[in-house]
Amino acid sequence: MPRFRKEIYGIIKKYIAAGALLVPAVLICLPVFLILTGSVMDSLEMKQYLLPVFSDTEGYIRWKLIPDYPTFEHYGRLLFMTPSFFVLFWNSVKMVLCILAGQLLVGVPAAWAFAAYSVRGSRALFALYVVLMLLPFQVTMLSSYLVLDRLALMNTHAAIILPAVFSTLPIFLTYGGFRAIPPQLFEAARIDGASEVRIFLTMGIPLGKSGLLSAMVLGFLEYWNLMEQPLAFLEDKALWPLSLYLPEISWLQAGFALCASFVTLIPAAFVFVLGQDYLEQGIVYSGLKE
Amino acid sequence: MSKTERMHNSLHNLRIRDKQVWGNGKKYRRRRRAFLFFLLPSLAGVALFVLLPFFDVVKRSFQTAVTGEFTGIKNYGVIFQNQAFLLAVKNTARFTVVCIPLLVFAGLLVALTLSNFHNASLIKSVYLFPLAMPTATIVLVWKMVFYRQGFLNLFLTKIGELTGLWGNVTTDYLGTGASFWVLVASYLWKNTGYTVVLWLAGILAIPSEFIEAAKVDGAGRWKCIRYIILPNLKGSFYTIVILSFLNSFKIYREAYLVAGSYPQEDIYLLQHLFNNWFVNLEFDKMAAAAVCVGVVLFVAIMALQRIWDKAD
Repeated sequence: MPRFRKEIYGIIKKYIAAGALLVPAVLICLPVFLILTGSVMDSLEMKQYLLPVFSDTEGYIRWKLIPDYPTFEHYGRLLFMTPSFFVLFWNSVKMVLCILAGQLLVGVPAAWAFAAYSVRGSRALFALYVVLMLLPFQVTMLSSYLVLDRLALMNTHAAIILPAVFSTLPIFLTYGGFRAIPPQLFEAARIDGASEVRIFLTMGIPLGKSGLLSAMVLGFLEYWNLMEQPLAFLEDKALWPLSLYLPEISWLQAGFALCASFVTLIPAAFVFVLGQDYLEQGIVYSGLKE
Repeated sequence: MSKTERMHNSLHNLRIRDKQVWGNGKKYRRRRRAFLFFLLPSLAGVALFVLLPFFDVVKRSFQTAVTGEFTGIKNYGVIFQNQAFLLAVKNTARFTVVCIPLLVFAGLLVALTLSNFHNASLIKSVYLFPLAMPTATIVLVWKMVFYRQGFLNLFLTKIGELTGLWGNVTTDYLGTGASFWVLVASYLWKNTGYTVVLWLAGILAIPSEFIEAAKVDGAGRWKCIRYIILPNLKGSFYTIVILSFLNSFKIYREAYLVAGSYPQEDIYLLQHLFNNWFVNLEFDKMAAAAVCVGVVLFVAIMALQRIWDKAD
């Protein structure tokens, strides 16, 4: 009998734990629902709900999870009548893709160098890379500016792309993936006469691809959300990424702003859903001790 | 033994030791060549974009902004008397000290609960999703929630009506000291997910025999956590602290988008200050402050790594 009771307690406890986890989970999701419902809400209806905010009168903001007059007017306006949105959208896409491609070309071989060869000084260099990875943008902002200014790259996309290509964070993540391969494999290939480049291309990359992909997924989410760098290095608003455009839309166009937010969110959500396993892997690799 | 002989001997010993550690000459040279070949593009870029200009910044921290005259440590004196700098340091330190323990603990709590479930991937994704949400998309929502007549006050008022304990709540969260807590909340919202993932990875790496054995010996859930799980999570702990610290600097995005370059004074962070100095071309102060913050961070990271190394 006591055993039976214990089992019941166990089940009840589990449900309580699940419930306790669900409440914050719902809170976390709430902003997404707000964005989604707001983006299909009629302007007039939205204005009614937000009236206390505009007029500073008494009363509170209101909302409906299903709008009374659902409409796609904002989407129509955004996608067909706002060319500036497209300019910035493609700015974002261009910058993210260039940065990720650059990181693949430069960062992945560097990660391989650290993971596959231990030579005198390599550990010290790696420690330096880790410190650089941890320095916030504000500390290196002036240094970057001095170089970019001297190379006459200020106010161009290259000012955002080049420093990001040489960021050391993806190296660290990719390194985690390469380290997980047993080194005896490479030794065997070497004895069979494979060159180092060949070992890297035909063994390192296929076997260490989880670390590489996780660096790409984390990188995409990070650079799709780029703010500090363009704010400092791009004066021309036509060069800005999407992430700086949204805050420019005023409160009065809340529905339109939420719609633009939703469209901005789509690529990030897409990458998140596709790459979630790699994302988690990447987070774990970022915590890997050398 | 003469002095030169002794030196010669020790050099010889060193060489022997090197050979033992690094392998024989030819193999070692081949390895070094490959290492350099793969690393060189990255190293050149890092040197060009980060290392060399940082020396320039150090040099500039001892010069005036416009004429480049050498002024000794005057810039350092200036920033430590600068009200804005002191305020920003205070706020940033306060934010870090409040947020990181909260985040680490919240993540651990969720991870410990999640570790009981066999299939927790859905809940994990939900917690992780804010990481994928661009800051700009969330800012309007934050404004709607924390505005004086926003959702939070609406919710609190409704609770007050139901329980009859208080009347209308009309706190202005963005224009008062409460804005600090708004930042804390949005930091937790964004970062709990990856902390949970890291803690969970640590918990799942503990061999289940340890826990089984403890259970056989009659340890309850709490005792398992206290004596088996927590001591095995030291490595994860240091990692999580370092990453949380790194990400705490990114809160500037939220602060800037919600409140602009000159926000309410409780959330005026070092990041705001650096940006404003940059806009006003006050490079002398910026250089000195960058060197100071860089050195403090470097020491902190090194100290954490030292503790970390000792832990295992």
